[in-house]
Amino acid sequence: MNEIPPKEPLIETIIEPATQIDPNYNFAYLNEQTKKMIRRALLKAVAIPGYQVPFAGREMPMPYGWGTGGVQITASILTPDDVLKVIDQGADDTTNAVSIRKFFQRTAGIATTLNTAAATVIQTRHRIPEQKLQEGQILVYQVPIPEPLRFLEPRETETRKMHAFEDYGLMHVKLYEDISQHGHIATTYAYPVMVENHYVMDPSPIPKFDNPKMNNNPALQLFGAGREKRIYAIPPYTKVVSLDFEDHPFEIQAWDQPCEICGAEDSFLDEVIMDDQGTRMFVCSDSDYCQSRSEVQS
Amino acid sequence: MNQPLFSVTNLSKKFGKTIACDDISFDLWPGEILGIVGESGSGKTTLLRSIAGLIKPDQATISYQGKNNKLLNIDQMDEPKLRHLQRTEWAFVHQHPRDGLRMNVSAGANIGERLMANGWRHYDDIRKEAIKWLEAVEIDAKRIDDLPRTFSGGMQQRLQIARNLVTNPRLIFMDEPTGGLDVSVQARLLDLLRGLVRDLGLSAIIVTHDLAVARLLSNRLMVMKDGQVIEHGLTDQVLEDPQAAYSQLLVSSILQV
Ligand SMILES: Nc1ncnc2c1ncn2[C@@H]1O[C@H](COP(=O)(O)OP(=O)(O)O)[C@@H](O)[C@H]1O
Ligand SMILES: [Mg+2]
Ligand SMILES: [Zn+2]
Repeated sequence: MNEIPPKEPLIETIIEPATQIDPNYNFAYLNEQTKKMIRRALLKAVAIPGYQVPFAGREMPMPYGWGTGGVQITASILTPDDVLKVIDQGADDTTNAVSIRKFFQRTAGIATTLNTAAATVIQTRHRIPEQKLQEGQILVYQVPIPEPLRFLEPRETETRKMHAFEDYGLMHVKLYEDISQHGHIATTYAYPVMVENHYVMDPSPIPKFDNPKMNNNPALQLFGAGREKRIYAIPPYTKVVSLDFEDHPFEIQAWDQPCEICGAEDSFLDEVIMDDQGTRMFVCSDSDYCQSRSEVQS
Repeated sequence: MNQPLFSVTNLSKKFGKTIACDDISFDLWPGEILGIVGESGSGKTTLLRSIAGLIKPDQATISYQGKNNKLLNIDQMDEPKLRHLQRTEWAFVHQHPRDGLRMNVSAGANIGERLMANGWRHYDDIRKEAIKWLEAVEIDAKRIDDLPRTFSGGMQQRLQIARNLVTNPRLIFMDEPTGGLDVSVQARLLDLLRGLVRDLGLSAIIVTHDLAVARLLSNRLMVMKDGQVIEHGLTDQVLEDPQAAYSQLLVSSILQV
Protein backbone atom coordinates (compact mmCIF):
# COMPACT_ATOMS: atom_id res chain seq x y z
CA MET A 1 0.00 0.00 0.00
CA ASN A 2 1.18 3.48 -0.84
CA GLU A 3 1.25 6.03 1.88
CA ILE A 4 -1.51 8.49 1.17
CA PRO A 5 -0.89 12.00 2.47
CA PRO A 6 -3.76 13.71 4.29
CA LYS A 7 -6.22 15.47 2.06
CA GLU A 8 -5.81 19.20 1.44
CA PRO A 9 -8.90 21.34 1.77
CA LEU A 10 -9.67 22.65 -1.70
CA ILE A 11 -12.93 24.21 -0.76
CA GLU A 12 -12.73 27.53 -2.59
CA THR A 13 -12.01 25.88 -5.90
CA ILE A 14 -14.82 23.38 -5.89
CA ILE A 15 -17.90 25.42 -5.17
CA GLU A 16 -19.93 26.24 -8.20
CA PRO A 17 -21.11 29.76 -7.42
CA ALA A 18 -24.67 30.94 -7.12
CA THR A 19 -26.64 31.13 -10.33
CA GLN A 20 -29.49 33.29 -11.56
CA ILE A 21 -32.87 32.41 -10.02
CA ASP A 22 -35.66 31.75 -12.44
CA PRO A 23 -38.02 34.61 -11.48
CA ASN A 24 -41.05 32.45 -12.12
CA TYR A 25 -40.42 30.53 -8.92
CA ASN A 26 -40.60 31.33 -5.25
CA PHE A 27 -37.20 30.72 -3.60
CA ALA A 28 -36.59 26.94 -3.71
CA TYR A 29 -39.88 26.33 -5.53
CA LEU A 30 -42.23 25.82 -2.55
CA ASN A 31 -44.34 28.70 -1.30
CA GLU A 32 -43.53 30.15 2.11
CA GLN A 33 -46.62 28.69 3.76
CA THR A 34 -45.74 25.16 2.70
CA LYS A 35 -42.17 25.62 3.86
CA LYS A 36 -43.38 26.79 7.25
CA MET A 37 -45.59 23.75 7.55
CA ILE A 38 -42.70 21.44 6.67
CA ARG A 39 -40.36 23.25 9.07
CA ARG A 40 -42.87 22.74 11.85
CA ALA A 41 -42.89 19.01 11.06
CA LEU A 42 -39.08 19.07 11.04
CA LEU A 43 -38.94 20.74 14.45
CA LYS A 44 -41.25 18.10 15.85
CA ALA A 45 -39.14 15.37 14.24
CA VAL A 46 -35.97 16.78 15.77
CA ALA A 47 -37.66 16.98 19.15
CA ILE A 48 -38.65 13.28 19.02
CA PRO A 49 -35.67 11.54 17.38
CA GLY A 50 -36.70 8.66 15.12
CA TYR A 51 -40.43 9.39 15.33
CA GLN A 52 -42.29 9.59 12.03
CA VAL A 53 -44.11 12.91 11.77
CA PRO A 54 -46.91 13.08 9.18
CA PHE A 55 -46.88 16.17 6.98
CA ALA A 56 -49.10 17.50 4.23
CA GLY A 57 -46.70 16.79 1.39
CA ARG A 58 -46.94 18.80 -1.82
CA GLU A 59 -46.83 17.63 -5.39
CA MET A 60 -43.38 18.27 -6.77
CA PRO A 61 -42.48 18.60 -10.46
CA MET A 62 -40.89 15.14 -10.47
CA PRO A 63 -42.07 11.57 -9.86
CA TYR A 64 -42.13 10.09 -6.33
CA GLY A 65 -39.27 7.69 -7.01
CA TRP A 66 -37.08 10.74 -7.52
CA GLY A 67 -37.00 11.69 -3.90
CA THR A 68 -39.79 14.21 -3.56
CA GLY A 69 -39.72 13.79 0.24
CA GLY A 70 -36.06 14.79 0.39
CA VAL A 71 -36.59 17.58 -2.12
CA GLN A 72 -39.38 19.09 -0.04
CA ILE A 73 -37.21 19.06 3.08
CA THR A 74 -34.26 20.58 1.23
CA ALA A 75 -36.54 23.25 -0.25
CA SER A 76 -37.81 24.12 3.23
CA ILE A 77 -34.42 24.47 4.90
CA LEU A 78 -32.32 26.11 2.17
CA THR A 79 -31.16 29.69 2.65
CA PRO A 80 -29.53 31.81 -0.09
CA ASP A 81 -26.10 31.25 1.50
CA ASP A 82 -26.27 27.47 1.50
CA VAL A 83 -24.00 25.29 -0.58
CA LEU A 84 -25.83 22.20 -1.82
CA LYS A 85 -24.48 18.78 -2.69
CA VAL A 86 -26.71 16.05 -4.12
CA ILE A 87 -25.72 12.39 -4.30
CA ASP A 88 -27.38 9.28 -5.60
CA GLN A 89 -25.79 5.96 -4.60
CA GLY A 90 -22.74 7.95 -3.60
CA ALA A 91 -22.29 9.68 -6.96
CA ASP A 92 -22.96 13.31 -7.87
CA ASP A 93 -23.21 12.69 -11.60
CA THR A 94 -26.18 10.34 -11.92
CA THR A 95 -29.34 11.58 -13.62
CA ASN A 96 -31.26 11.80 -10.36
CA ALA A 97 -28.57 13.78 -8.54
CA VAL A 98 -27.90 16.07 -11.47
CA SER A 99 -31.54 16.93 -12.00
CA ILE A 100 -32.19 17.68 -8.32
CA ARG A 101 -29.06 19.86 -8.18
CA LYS A 102 -30.17 21.71 -11.32
CA PHE A 103 -33.66 22.08 -9.90
CA PHE A 104 -32.31 23.97 -6.90
CA GLN A 105 -29.84 25.97 -8.98
CA ARG A 106 -32.72 27.17 -11.06
CA THR A 107 -35.29 27.71 -8.31
CA ALA A 108 -33.04 28.88 -5.48
CA GLY A 109 -29.99 30.20 -7.30
CA ILE A 110 -27.74 28.70 -4.65
CA ALA A 111 -24.15 27.58 -4.89
CA THR A 112 -23.53 23.87 -5.36
CA THR A 113 -20.62 21.56 -4.84
CA LEU A 114 -19.49 17.98 -5.31
CA ASN A 115 -17.34 18.18 -2.23
CA THR A 116 -18.70 16.82 1.01
CA ALA A 117 -16.73 19.16 3.25
CA ALA A 118 -17.77 22.24 1.28
CA ALA A 119 -21.49 21.52 1.45
CA THR A 120 -23.83 22.91 4.08
CA VAL A 121 -26.75 20.78 2.90
CA ILE A 122 -26.36 17.34 1.33
CA GLN A 123 -29.33 15.59 -0.17
CA THR A 124 -28.74 11.88 -0.54
CA ARG A 125 -30.25 8.76 -1.94
CA HIS A 126 -28.85 5.46 -0.61
CA ARG A 127 -25.51 6.60 0.91
CA ILE A 128 -23.88 8.59 3.67
CA PRO A 129 -20.67 10.27 2.47
CA GLU A 130 -17.42 8.62 3.56
CA GLN A 131 -15.92 11.87 4.74
CA LYS A 132 -16.96 12.62 8.31
CA LEU A 133 -19.71 15.21 8.52
CA GLN A 134 -19.30 18.31 10.68
CA GLU A 135 -21.42 20.33 13.06
CA GLY A 136 -23.64 22.69 11.09
CA GLN A 137 -24.02 20.37 8.13
CA ILE A 138 -27.40 18.86 7.29
CA LEU A 139 -27.86 15.51 5.58
CA VAL A 140 -31.26 15.06 3.90
CA TYR A 141 -32.24 11.49 3.03
CA GLN A 142 -34.71 10.47 0.36
CA VAL A 143 -36.91 7.74 1.82
CA PRO A 144 -39.08 5.35 -0.18
CA ILE A 145 -40.75 3.44 2.72
CA PRO A 146 -40.50 5.07 6.14
CA GLU A 147 -42.15 2.33 8.21
CA PRO A 148 -39.69 -0.40 9.23
CA LEU A 149 -42.49 -2.64 10.54
CA ARG A 150 -44.58 -2.40 7.39
CA PHE A 151 -43.51 -5.61 5.68
CA LEU A 152 -44.79 -7.76 8.57
CA GLU A 153 -47.60 -5.57 9.84
CA PRO A 154 -49.47 -3.77 7.07
CA ARG A 155 -51.95 -2.10 9.45
CA GLU A 156 -50.88 1.50 10.09
CA THR A 157 -53.01 1.67 13.28
CA GLU A 158 -51.06 -1.28 14.62
CA THR A 159 -47.55 -0.08 13.69
CA ARG A 160 -48.28 3.29 15.29
CA LYS A 161 -49.13 1.53 18.53
CA MET A 162 -46.03 -0.62 18.32
CA HIS A 163 -43.93 2.54 18.11
CA ALA A 164 -45.81 4.31 20.86
CA PHE A 165 -45.56 1.33 23.22
CA GLU A 166 -42.03 0.31 22.13
CA ASP A 167 -43.58 -3.03 21.26
CA TYR A 168 -40.87 -4.09 18.82
CA GLY A 169 -40.82 -7.90 18.96
CA LEU A 170 -41.76 -7.92 15.31
CA MET A 171 -38.55 -6.21 14.22
CA HIS A 172 -36.51 -9.03 15.65
CA VAL A 173 -38.85 -11.52 14.00
CA LYS A 174 -37.55 -10.22 10.70
CA LEU A 175 -33.93 -10.62 11.77
CA TYR A 176 -34.76 -14.08 13.16
CA GLU A 177 -36.18 -15.06 9.76
CA ASP A 178 -33.03 -13.81 8.08
CA ILE A 179 -30.86 -16.05 10.21
CA SER A 180 -33.13 -19.07 9.95
CA GLN A 181 -33.11 -18.79 6.15
CA HIS A 182 -29.55 -17.66 5.45
CA GLY A 183 -27.57 -18.60 8.53
CA HIS A 184 -26.82 -14.96 9.19
CA ILE A 185 -28.63 -11.61 9.16
CA ALA A 186 -28.96 -11.16 5.41
CA THR A 187 -30.45 -7.67 5.52
CA THR A 188 -27.79 -5.46 3.96
CA TYR A 189 -29.77 -2.32 3.08
CA ALA A 190 -32.36 -0.40 5.10
CA TYR A 191 -31.06 -2.21 8.15
CA PRO A 192 -33.26 -1.20 11.12
CA VAL A 193 -31.88 0.93 13.92
CA MET A 194 -33.07 2.05 17.33
CA VAL A 195 -32.80 5.77 17.92
CA GLU A 196 -32.03 7.15 21.37
CA ASN A 197 -33.25 3.94 23.07
CA HIS A 198 -36.81 4.35 21.83
CA TYR A 199 -37.97 4.52 18.21
CA VAL A 200 -37.06 1.84 15.74
CA MET A 201 -36.33 3.55 12.44
CA ASP A 202 -35.73 2.64 8.82
CA PRO A 203 -32.55 4.45 7.79
CA SER A 204 -33.70 4.42 4.12
CA PRO A 205 -31.96 2.04 1.71
CA ILE A 206 -28.40 2.96 2.68
CA PRO A 207 -26.05 -0.03 2.98
CA LYS A 208 -25.67 -1.25 6.55
CA PHE A 209 -22.03 -0.21 6.09
CA ASP A 210 -23.27 3.34 6.67
CA ASN A 211 -25.31 2.58 9.79
CA PRO A 212 -22.52 3.26 12.30
CA LYS A 213 -22.05 6.72 10.73
CA MET A 214 -25.52 7.72 11.91
CA ASN A 215 -24.55 7.20 15.52
CA ASN A 216 -23.34 10.26 17.41
CA ASN A 217 -22.98 12.17 14.15
CA PRO A 218 -22.24 15.92 14.54
CA ALA A 219 -24.49 16.75 11.57
CA LEU A 220 -28.28 17.00 11.60
CA GLN A 221 -29.90 14.11 9.71
CA LEU A 222 -33.36 14.62 8.19
CA PHE A 223 -35.46 11.98 6.41
CA GLY A 224 -38.28 12.70 3.96
CA ALA A 225 -40.74 10.20 2.48
CA GLY A 226 -42.70 11.90 -0.30
CA ARG A 227 -45.23 9.26 -1.25
CA GLU A 228 -46.07 8.36 2.36
CA LYS A 229 -45.77 11.95 3.59
CA ARG A 230 -43.58 11.30 6.62
CA ILE A 231 -40.64 13.20 8.06
CA TYR A 232 -38.24 11.96 10.72
CA ALA A 233 -34.92 13.10 12.10
CA ILE A 234 -31.77 12.28 14.00
CA PRO A 235 -30.45 15.39 15.78
CA PRO A 236 -26.68 15.85 16.12
CA TYR A 237 -24.93 13.54 18.59
CA THR A 238 -27.82 11.10 18.91
CA LYS A 239 -27.44 7.45 19.83
CA VAL A 240 -28.28 5.18 16.91
CA VAL A 241 -27.92 1.43 17.37
CA SER A 242 -28.37 -1.27 14.73
CA LEU A 243 -30.62 -4.11 15.94
CA ASP A 244 -29.14 -7.57 16.27
CA PHE A 245 -28.93 -10.74 18.37
CA GLU A 246 -26.33 -11.44 21.05
CA ASP A 247 -25.11 -14.48 19.14
CA HIS A 248 -25.44 -12.77 15.73
CA PRO A 249 -24.07 -9.28 16.32
CA PHE A 250 -24.44 -6.48 13.78
CA GLU A 251 -21.57 -6.36 11.30
CA ILE A 252 -20.83 -4.07 8.37
CA GLN A 253 -19.89 -5.21 4.89
CA ALA A 254 -16.17 -5.81 4.29
CA TRP A 255 -14.13 -6.34 1.13
CA ASP A 256 -11.02 -8.43 0.53
CA GLN A 257 -9.38 -5.59 -1.34
CA PRO A 258 -9.03 -1.82 -1.27
CA CYS A 259 -10.55 0.56 -3.87
CA GLU A 260 -8.76 -0.06 -7.15
CA ILE A 261 -8.70 3.64 -7.97
CA CYS A 262 -7.72 5.40 -4.75
CA GLY A 263 -6.63 2.52 -2.53
CA ALA A 264 -9.13 3.32 0.23
CA GLU A 265 -9.66 0.48 2.68
CA ASP A 266 -12.33 2.21 4.73
CA SER A 267 -14.84 2.93 2.02
CA PHE A 268 -17.96 1.23 0.62
CA LEU A 269 -17.03 -0.40 -2.68
CA ASP A 270 -19.15 -1.00 -5.77
CA GLU A 271 -18.29 -3.63 -8.33
CA VAL A 272 -18.33 -1.86 -11.69
CA ILE A 273 -17.82 -3.07 -15.23
CA MET A 274 -15.07 -0.99 -16.82
CA ASP A 275 -15.20 -1.90 -20.51
CA ASP A 276 -17.08 -4.01 -23.02
CA GLN A 277 -14.78 -6.96 -22.30
CA GLY A 278 -16.57 -7.17 -18.95
CA THR A 279 -13.51 -6.24 -16.87
CA ARG A 280 -14.67 -5.75 -13.30
CA MET A 281 -13.27 -3.45 -10.70
CA PHE A 282 -14.02 -2.63 -7.09
CA VAL A 283 -14.15 1.12 -6.59
CA CYS A 284 -15.48 3.58 -4.04
CA SER A 285 -19.21 4.18 -4.33
CA ASP A 286 -18.60 7.72 -2.98
CA SER A 287 -17.17 9.36 -6.10
CA ASP A 288 -16.16 12.59 -4.35
CA TYR A 289 -14.22 10.69 -1.73
CA CYS A 290 -12.48 8.57 -4.36
CA GLN A 291 -11.62 11.51 -6.61
CA SER A 292 -10.30 13.72 -3.85
CA ARG A 293 -8.09 10.90 -2.62
CA SER A 294 -6.77 10.15 -6.12
CA GLU A 295 -6.07 13.85 -6.82
CA VAL A 296 -4.01 14.12 -3.70
CA GLN A 297 -2.00 11.03 -4.66
CA SER A 298 -1.16 12.14 -8.22
CA MET B 1 -55.86 -18.88 47.22
CA ASN B 2 -59.30 -17.67 48.21
CA GLN B 3 -59.57 -14.94 45.60
CA PRO B 4 -60.89 -15.45 42.10
CA LEU B 5 -58.18 -15.28 39.44
CA PHE B 6 -60.46 -13.37 37.13
CA SER B 7 -63.66 -11.57 37.90
CA VAL B 8 -66.21 -10.00 35.55
CA THR B 9 -69.06 -7.83 36.77
CA ASN B 10 -71.92 -6.32 34.76
CA LEU B 11 -70.39 -6.68 31.32
CA SER B 12 -72.50 -5.33 28.46
CA LYS B 13 -71.71 -4.80 24.81
CA LYS B 14 -73.94 -3.60 21.99
CA PHE B 15 -73.37 -3.45 18.27
CA GLY B 16 -75.84 -0.85 17.12
CA LYS B 17 -79.18 -2.24 18.25
CA THR B 18 -77.87 -5.78 18.77
CA ILE B 19 -77.20 -6.55 22.40
CA ALA B 20 -74.33 -9.01 22.07
CA CYS B 21 -73.66 -9.28 25.83
CA ASP B 22 -76.24 -8.29 28.42
CA ASP B 23 -75.07 -7.62 31.97
CA ILE B 24 -72.84 -10.67 32.43
CA SER B 25 -71.01 -11.42 35.70
CA PHE B 26 -68.89 -14.41 36.68
CA ASP B 27 -65.70 -15.44 38.47
CA LEU B 28 -62.93 -17.76 37.39
CA TRP B 29 -60.99 -19.50 40.14
CA PRO B 30 -57.32 -20.41 39.94
CA GLY B 31 -56.77 -23.67 38.06
CA GLU B 32 -60.33 -23.71 36.79
CA ILE B 33 -61.45 -24.36 33.22
CA LEU B 34 -64.63 -22.48 32.42
CA GLY B 35 -66.62 -23.46 29.36
CA ILE B 36 -68.93 -20.96 27.67
CA VAL B 37 -71.47 -22.66 25.45
CA GLY B 38 -74.42 -21.53 23.41
CA GLU B 39 -75.61 -21.47 19.85
CA SER B 40 -74.11 -19.31 17.15
CA GLY B 41 -74.83 -15.62 17.67
CA SER B 42 -75.45 -15.93 21.42
CA GLY B 43 -72.56 -13.56 22.24
CA LYS B 44 -69.79 -15.98 23.24
CA THR B 45 -67.04 -14.51 21.05
CA THR B 46 -67.98 -10.95 21.99
CA LEU B 47 -67.81 -11.87 25.68
CA LEU B 48 -64.44 -13.59 25.30
CA ARG B 49 -62.88 -10.79 23.26
CA SER B 50 -64.21 -8.20 25.71
CA ILE B 51 -62.80 -9.85 28.80
CA ALA B 52 -59.46 -10.55 27.11
CA GLY B 53 -59.10 -6.86 26.24
CA LEU B 54 -59.32 -7.30 22.46
CA ILE B 55 -62.44 -5.16 22.19
CA LYS B 56 -63.88 -2.59 24.56
CA PRO B 57 -67.16 -3.49 26.26
CA ASP B 58 -69.69 -0.66 26.76
CA GLN B 59 -69.66 -1.40 30.44
CA ALA B 60 -67.81 -3.80 32.73
CA THR B 61 -65.69 -4.16 35.80
CA ILE B 62 -62.98 -6.73 35.14
CA SER B 63 -60.30 -7.63 37.62
CA TYR B 64 -57.42 -10.05 37.38
CA GLN B 65 -55.23 -11.37 40.15
CA GLY B 66 -51.79 -10.93 38.56
CA LYS B 67 -48.53 -12.57 39.48
CA ASN B 68 -47.36 -11.57 42.98
CA ASN B 69 -51.03 -11.33 43.98
CA LYS B 70 -51.47 -7.91 42.48
CA LEU B 71 -55.12 -7.17 41.77
CA LEU B 72 -55.34 -5.48 38.37
CA ASN B 73 -58.31 -3.55 37.05
CA ILE B 74 -58.40 -4.61 33.43
CA ASP B 75 -61.15 -2.19 32.40
CA GLN B 76 -59.10 0.77 33.69
CA MET B 77 -55.72 -0.40 32.47
CA ASP B 78 -53.81 1.66 29.90
CA GLU B 79 -53.06 -0.03 26.61
CA PRO B 80 -49.30 -0.63 26.94
CA LYS B 81 -49.83 -2.41 30.27
CA LEU B 82 -52.72 -4.40 28.87
CA ARG B 83 -50.65 -5.47 25.86
CA HIS B 84 -47.85 -6.51 28.12
CA LEU B 85 -50.24 -8.67 30.12
CA GLN B 86 -51.65 -10.13 26.90
CA ARG B 87 -48.25 -11.25 25.73
CA THR B 88 -46.92 -12.53 29.05
CA GLU B 89 -49.45 -13.86 31.57
CA TRP B 90 -52.32 -14.33 29.14
CA ALA B 91 -52.85 -16.20 25.92
CA PHE B 92 -55.56 -16.05 23.28
CA VAL B 93 -56.26 -18.84 20.83
CA HIS B 94 -58.43 -17.69 17.94
CA GLN B 95 -60.90 -19.91 16.14
CA HIS B 96 -59.17 -19.37 12.81
CA PRO B 97 -55.43 -19.99 12.95
CA ARG B 98 -54.87 -17.23 10.39
CA ASP B 99 -56.14 -14.71 12.96
CA GLY B 100 -53.68 -15.90 15.55
CA LEU B 101 -50.62 -16.68 13.43
CA ARG B 102 -48.35 -14.69 11.18
CA MET B 103 -48.81 -16.62 7.99
CA ASN B 104 -45.84 -15.00 6.23
CA VAL B 105 -43.14 -16.04 8.70
CA SER B 106 -41.87 -19.47 9.70
CA ALA B 107 -43.23 -21.66 12.50
CA GLY B 108 -40.12 -20.90 14.56
CA ALA B 109 -40.59 -17.15 14.18
CA ASN B 110 -44.25 -17.50 15.11
CA ILE B 111 -43.31 -19.18 18.35
CA GLY B 112 -40.35 -16.87 18.95
CA GLU B 113 -42.26 -13.61 18.47
CA ARG B 114 -43.57 -13.40 22.02
CA LEU B 115 -40.13 -14.19 23.40
CA MET B 116 -38.54 -11.47 21.30
CA ALA B 117 -41.31 -9.06 22.28
CA ASN B 118 -40.41 -9.84 25.87
CA GLY B 119 -36.76 -9.01 25.34
CA TRP B 120 -35.14 -12.27 24.29
CA ARG B 121 -32.12 -11.42 22.16
CA HIS B 122 -30.26 -14.69 21.82
CA TYR B 123 -31.07 -16.46 18.55
CA ASP B 124 -30.04 -19.94 19.65
CA ASP B 125 -32.01 -19.72 22.87
CA ILE B 126 -35.12 -18.61 20.98
CA ARG B 127 -34.68 -21.47 18.55
CA LYS B 128 -34.27 -24.06 21.29
CA GLU B 129 -37.42 -22.80 22.95
CA ALA B 130 -39.28 -22.95 19.64
CA ILE B 131 -38.21 -26.56 19.13
CA LYS B 132 -39.29 -27.45 22.64
CA TRP B 133 -42.75 -26.02 22.01
CA LEU B 134 -43.13 -27.56 18.58
CA GLU B 135 -42.52 -30.91 20.21
CA ALA B 136 -44.91 -30.10 23.04
CA VAL B 137 -47.70 -29.64 20.49
CA GLU B 138 -46.61 -32.69 18.50
CA ILE B 139 -45.23 -30.91 15.45
CA ASP B 140 -42.04 -32.37 13.98
CA ALA B 141 -39.17 -30.03 14.91
CA LYS B 142 -37.94 -30.36 11.32
CA ARG B 143 -40.83 -28.11 10.30
CA ILE B 144 -39.43 -25.18 12.30
CA ASP B 145 -38.45 -23.15 9.23
CA ASP B 146 -41.61 -23.89 7.23
CA LEU B 147 -44.40 -21.39 6.71
CA PRO B 148 -47.69 -22.10 8.52
CA ARG B 149 -49.52 -22.18 5.22
CA THR B 150 -47.76 -25.45 4.41
CA PHE B 151 -49.33 -26.94 7.57
CA SER B 152 -52.66 -28.74 7.85
CA GLY B 153 -55.49 -27.01 9.74
CA GLY B 154 -54.87 -29.09 12.84
CA MET B 155 -51.14 -28.33 12.79
CA GLN B 156 -51.82 -24.62 12.35
CA GLN B 157 -54.06 -24.69 15.38
CA ARG B 158 -51.40 -26.51 17.39
CA LEU B 159 -48.81 -23.99 16.23
CA GLN B 160 -51.06 -21.19 17.39
CA ILE B 161 -51.27 -22.86 20.79
CA ALA B 162 -47.49 -23.26 20.98
CA ARG B 163 -47.01 -19.62 20.01
CA ASN B 164 -49.26 -18.68 22.92
CA LEU B 165 -47.84 -20.98 25.55
CA VAL B 166 -44.19 -20.13 25.00
CA THR B 167 -44.23 -17.40 27.66
CA ASN B 168 -45.80 -19.71 30.26
CA PRO B 169 -49.06 -17.79 30.59
CA ARG B 170 -51.34 -18.38 33.58
CA LEU B 171 -54.64 -17.75 31.84
CA ILE B 172 -55.64 -18.83 28.38
CA PHE B 173 -58.69 -17.68 26.41
CA MET B 174 -59.82 -19.96 23.59
CA ASP B 175 -62.49 -19.27 21.00
CA GLU B 176 -63.75 -22.48 19.39
CA PRO B 177 -60.23 -23.94 19.33
CA THR B 178 -61.41 -27.08 17.54
CA GLY B 179 -63.92 -25.23 15.38
CA GLY B 180 -63.01 -25.76 11.77
CA LEU B 181 -61.32 -29.16 12.16
CA ASP B 182 -62.27 -32.71 11.12
CA VAL B 183 -63.66 -34.85 13.90
CA SER B 184 -60.59 -37.09 14.20
CA VAL B 185 -58.27 -34.06 14.23
CA GLN B 186 -60.49 -32.43 16.85
CA ALA B 187 -60.13 -35.43 19.15
CA ARG B 188 -56.34 -35.30 18.99
CA LEU B 189 -56.27 -31.55 19.62
CA LEU B 190 -58.63 -31.92 22.55
CA ASP B 191 -56.41 -34.58 24.10
CA LEU B 192 -53.41 -32.36 23.63
CA LEU B 193 -55.15 -29.32 25.09
CA ARG B 194 -56.37 -31.27 28.08
CA GLY B 195 -52.87 -32.54 28.76
CA LEU B 196 -51.25 -29.12 28.38
CA VAL B 197 -53.77 -27.34 30.54
CA ARG B 198 -53.31 -29.96 33.26
CA ASP B 199 -49.51 -30.17 33.05
CA LEU B 200 -48.99 -26.43 32.99
CA GLY B 201 -51.56 -25.72 35.67
CA LEU B 202 -53.36 -23.25 33.42
CA SER B 203 -56.64 -21.58 34.08
CA ALA B 204 -58.77 -21.28 30.98
CA ILE B 205 -61.92 -19.85 29.51
CA ILE B 206 -63.06 -21.82 26.50
CA VAL B 207 -65.83 -20.74 24.16
CA THR B 208 -67.45 -23.48 22.15
CA HIS B 209 -70.76 -24.29 20.57
CA ASP B 210 -69.88 -27.97 21.03
CA LEU B 211 -71.04 -29.40 24.35
CA ALA B 212 -68.87 -32.47 23.87
CA VAL B 213 -65.80 -30.23 23.84
CA ALA B 214 -67.04 -28.40 26.92
CA ARG B 215 -67.70 -31.65 28.74
CA LEU B 216 -64.22 -32.92 28.04
CA LEU B 217 -62.32 -29.79 29.02
CA SER B 218 -64.25 -27.69 31.50
CA ASN B 219 -65.00 -27.90 35.21
CA ARG B 220 -67.70 -25.31 35.03
CA LEU B 221 -70.13 -24.29 32.38
CA MET B 222 -71.98 -21.11 31.44
CA VAL B 223 -74.81 -21.41 28.94
CA MET B 224 -75.50 -18.28 26.88
CA LYS B 225 -78.53 -17.31 24.87
CA ASP B 226 -79.24 -13.95 23.24
CA GLY B 227 -76.40 -12.26 25.07
CA GLN B 228 -77.42 -13.50 28.50
CA VAL B 229 -76.12 -16.22 30.78
CA ILE B 230 -79.13 -18.44 31.31
CA GLU B 231 -77.47 -21.21 33.27
CA HIS B 232 -74.24 -21.52 35.20
CA GLY B 233 -72.88 -24.44 37.22
CA LEU B 234 -70.52 -27.37 37.46
CA THR B 235 -70.18 -29.03 34.08
CA ASP B 236 -71.50 -32.40 35.19
CA GLN B 237 -74.49 -30.85 36.88
CA VAL B 238 -75.44 -28.70 33.94
CA LEU B 239 -75.12 -31.58 31.52
CA GLU B 240 -76.91 -34.13 33.70
CA ASP B 241 -79.61 -31.91 35.06
CA PRO B 242 -80.02 -28.79 32.99
CA GLN B 243 -82.40 -26.31 34.58
CA ALA B 244 -83.28 -23.89 31.85
CA ALA B 245 -85.51 -25.20 29.09
CA TYR B 246 -83.03 -23.98 26.51
CA SER B 247 -80.15 -25.86 28.16
CA GLN B 248 -82.26 -29.00 28.22
CA LEU B 249 -82.81 -28.64 24.50
CA LEU B 250 -79.14 -28.00 23.87
CA VAL B 251 -78.04 -30.96 25.97
CA SER B 252 -80.51 -33.41 24.53
CA SER B 253 -79.63 -32.48 20.97
CA ILE B 254 -75.88 -32.74 21.48
CA LEU B 255 -75.51 -35.80 23.66
CA GLN B 256 -77.31 -38.01 21.20
CA VAL B 257 -74.45 -37.65 18.77
N1 LIG C 1 -68.28 -6.53 15.00
C1 LIG C 1 -69.61 -6.71 15.06
N2 LIG C 1 -70.44 -5.81 14.49
C2 LIG C 1 -71.77 -5.97 14.55
N3 LIG C 1 -72.38 -6.99 15.14
C3 LIG C 1 -71.63 -7.94 15.72
C4 LIG C 1 -70.21 -7.84 15.71
N4 LIG C 1 -69.69 -8.92 16.36
C5 LIG C 1 -70.77 -9.63 16.77
N5 LIG C 1 -71.93 -9.06 16.39
C6 LIG C 1 -73.28 -9.55 16.69
O1 LIG C 1 -73.37 -9.81 18.08
C7 LIG C 1 -74.06 -11.00 18.33
C8 LIG C 1 -73.15 -11.98 19.06
O2 LIG C 1 -72.12 -12.41 18.19
P1 LIG C 1 -70.92 -13.31 18.65
O3 LIG C 1 -70.36 -12.77 19.90
O4 LIG C 1 -70.00 -13.49 17.51
O5 LIG C 1 -71.67 -14.69 18.97
P2 LIG C 1 -71.12 -16.18 19.02
O6 LIG C 1 -69.64 -16.14 19.18
O7 LIG C 1 -71.82 -16.77 20.18
O8 LIG C 1 -71.52 -16.81 17.74
C9 LIG C 1 -74.52 -11.51 16.97
O9 LIG C 1 -75.84 -11.06 16.76
C10 LIG C 1 -73.58 -10.88 16.01
O10 LIG C 1 -74.16 -10.71 14.77
MG1 LIG D 1 -68.12 -17.06 17.98
ZN1 LIG E 1 -11.69 5.00 -4.19
